[in-house]
Amino acid sequence: MTTILSIRDLRKTYGDGFQALKGVTLDIQQGEILALLGPNGAGKTTLISTVCGITTPSGGQVSVGGHDIVTDFRAARSMIGLVPQELALQPFETVLNTVRFSRGLFGRPRDDDHIRSILRKLSLWDKKDNQITQLSGGMKRRVLIAKALSHEPRILFLDEPTAGVDVDLRKDMWETVAELKADGVTIILTTHYIEEAEAIADRVGVIAKGELLLVQDKSTLMAQMGKKQIEVQLNEPLTRIPEALANLDLAMGAGGDSLIYTYDTKAARTGITGLLNDIAAAGLTLRDVQTRQSSLEDIFVDLLKEEAA
Amino acid sequence: MNWAAIGAIYRFEMARFFRTLMQSFLSPVLSTSLYFVVFGAAIGSRIQEVEGVSYGAFIVPGLVMLSVITQAISNASFGIYFPKFTGTIYELLSAPVNFLEIVLGYVGAAATKALFIGIVILLTASFFVELSIAHPLAMVLFLLLTCLSFALLGFIIGIWATNFEQLQLVPLLIVTPLIFLGGSFYSISMLPPMWQTITLFNPVVYLISGFRWSFFGMADVPIGLSLMAIAAFTCLCLGVIWWIFRTGWRIRS
Ligand SMILES: Nc1ncnc2c1ncn2[C@@H]1O[C@H](COP(=O)(O)OP(=O)(O)OP(=O)(O)O)[C@@H](O)[C@H]1O
Ligand SMILES: [Mg+2]
Repeated sequence: MTTILSIRDLRKTYGDGFQALKGVTLDIQQGEILALLGPNGAGKTTLISTVCGITTPSGGQVSVGGHDIVTDFRAARSMIGLVPQELALQPFETVLNTVRFSRGLFGRPRDDDHIRSILRKLSLWDKKDNQITQLSGGMKRRVLIAKALSHEPRILFLDEPTAGVDVDLRKDMWETVAELKADGVTIILTTHYIEEAEAIADRVGVIAKGELLLVQDKSTLMAQMGKKQIEVQLNEPLTRIPEALANLDLAMGAGGDSLIYTYDTKAARTGITGLLNDIAAAGLTLRDVQTRQSSLEDIFVDLLKEEAA
Repeated sequence: MNWAAIGAIYRFEMARFFRTLMQSFLSPVLSTSLYFVVFGAAIGSRIQEVEGVSYGAFIVPGLVMLSVITQAISNASFGIYFPKFTGTIYELLSAPVNFLEIVLGYVGAAATKALFIGIVILLTASFFVELSIAHPLAMVLFLLLTCLSFALLGFIIGIWATNFEQLQLVPLLIVTPLIFLGGSFYSISMLPPMWQTITLFNPVVYLISGFRWSFFGMADVPIGLSLMAIAAFTCLCLGVIWWIFRTGWRIRS
């Protein structure tokens, strides 16, 4: 694995004195997909903007493919494609001109075949001669992606790529991301949809108040913190957990009409069979059984709660 | 140099111009014709000649300057203000381009448009009056330098402006008065002595005077001074733009 993007103690204080990044350190490996999660105002966009050259860093270093973003900005920026959070497009230009412009701006020679294949892939080809004002929001988002891909970047930043995008299109977008990854493109995306991170990311980073709280392999993260629960609903409410079940570490649900058993999905023995046997032996009758797996969302919420505490 | 980027910006900006080519062409033709009707016919019947040149011909260089300067400023200021307004400036800031390349693209396109308008006006004028150009090379040089330097000024205004009103403010309150008071339609020698002195603080005087010299071989101020003035103005604008990009003033937070 080679590190393609290295961020060292990156700090950003805006003109009004607000400290939006408080020393972020992060290495991103070539070809991986990293999802950045964090509440509004956490500093996700600021982090991306600073790496891309839209805002100037107040401290720290960033290098892209070994090129420093300040002293060797041309080489660094040539490798990066950016899809911004805001739908920023010149309203009266055509789709095709807008995308061609981006390629030229990044110093690439004109290549109509490449542009065509991108527009086709993003289902924009039949809109190529339309003005931006004639597009829907989801289409505009895809034009931004087409612009970012027009110059064949090695690293792609997607700042909330699926905000305001319908379910079908979101799935399409995930597929596009997967294809790009297969082509060896490194992808950093921010999102508020945890299921999105869960679906496509290799690693997940959580940012809050300008600090990176954690970066971890998605599967490790889920395995470490991912717990499964069984909730057994009873026909007769209980006032307390029966003696016979005391050693099972059960919790009582609200109202006492259910028992909650928490176990580790990765453990060799989950103890479910024993649990059900013991419940039957204790003379309780079941009405229903539900299982729940904690998602990244729960992990994320827990993490932010811990941070606030 | 990232020539592809300069070309991309230039073409993108020119595309807007070509989309509205008819407008771009008709409005200078119309306004020039109007000026000839008003100034040439109405005033020209009272002022027959200025320093040996018919009044109609005398106002042509001023007329060209007036349009070229306004057009260069408005095109360049709009060209860079609009990306700030729509947010598309993010792309310029994240692209592998330096300030010189951005300026060459935007200012080059704005100067080209202004030049086009200047030529249209000259051609229109030649239908109304007998025009002879004493120093064609100098004429072209002055025209080019004017397009360029005022496009640079427009670029600065576009970066400075934070709303559409401000975009109009400088041209309206400063530039247009300076052009009208800069001897576009009269010779400085026609003014009372005190006003002549005051007028010499108006930088546009040097431009129009030099430009008029290239047509008729006569000038209000020495031609060398005119050249120096416009060169100094160009350098000043370039310096300001260099500073803007170095500090990120009003473009990069
Ligand atoms: N130009 C600016 N000047 C001053 N403060 C700013 C500026 N841009 C952003 N901020 C502040 O920096 C903080 C981080 O903003 P940022 O846009 O990076 O958040 P984010 O994580 O992308 O949030 P969201 O999920 O809402 O997009 C916020 O408190 C914001 O108010
Ligand atoms: Mg954001």
